[in-house]
Amino acid sequence: MSHKVEILLVEDGVEDAELTIRALRRYKLANNIHVAEDGADALDFLFCRGAHEGRRFSHPPKLVLLDLKLPKINGMEVLRSIRADERTKAIPVVVLTSSKEERDLVTGYNLGVSAYVQKPVEFEQFSEAIRQIGMFWMLINQALPPGAFAASNAYGD
Amino acid sequence: MSHDVEILLVEDSPEDAELTIRALRRNKLANEIHVAEDGAEALDFLFCRGAHADREFSHAPRLVLLDLKLPKVSGLEVLRALRADERTRAIPVVILTSSKEERDLIDGYKLGVNAYAQKPVDFEQFSETVRQIGMFWMLINQAPPPGAFVASNAQRA
Repeated sequence: MSHKVEILLVEDGVEDAELTIRALRRYKLANNIHVAEDGADALDFLFCRGAHEGRRFSHPPKLVLLDLKLPKINGMEVLRSIRADERTKAIPVVVLTSSKEERDLVTGYNLGVSAYVQKPVEFEQFSEAIRQIGMFWMLINQALPPGAFAASNAYGD
Repeated sequence: MSHDVEILLVEDSPEDAELTIRALRRNKLANEIHVAEDGAEALDFLFCRGAHADREFSHAPRLVLLDLKLPKVSGLEVLRALRADERTRAIPVVILTSSKEERDLIDGYKLGVNAYAQKPVDFEQFSETVRQIGMFWMLINQAPPPGAFVASNAQRA
């Protein structure tokens, strides 16, 4: 992999993944997007293991866009695992879901999600939501410097 | 208070506060903005005590915009107190600071900040940054449902 992944998109819906990627590229917000189609692949990616053991904790994506209803391991479990490990807990995670359940919203915040976005049903609004997500998280938010957490962890903080 | 506060702006610089409020209002992103000029007042506001004893936890602001260098109680201490209490820990907090210290960035993420934005020095860019923050956090992000955390806390207790 010559370019670092900027966004990990965890999405099992092929159309939603396609729309999301197209919107991010059209507005030049991210080129290097890795799609994980289930929660298990997302965790392998983030924890640099399995098919992704060549990756490094010091180069996390700037953003994880996380669907909730996923094969194998659901989105909430992925979020819980990310927040439970020092090496991954600071990675920005935005839930992007069609769920309208208040329970999911509350659980998401309880588990420490960075932000929570409901997928608009309508195509234009979906693209606009993705654009706003990309604008804020790729251009305005300051991600951690590469390796900061892995390093500060090694120092024993 | 007839209208709920949408944004708590914790900012000791009158000029930065003025610019921020103007950018939010001009773009119709928030009307009800409360400014706390130091960390102690911010905590009184968020914990519904002192001069803000008539507020209720169930009417939390949708967003806290938090400067770091503040009189009395620092921004990171405000963040720490918010995240340590069940009633306030889900409130979205975005740090907006002129600090360029990597240490502040790392500490912010360690303490569970939702996002971290650096104040641009240039006037136009500052306004644009505030607009992007407002677009995402007021229009796209779903805030925690009012009272959900207070309620789930009360049920558990």
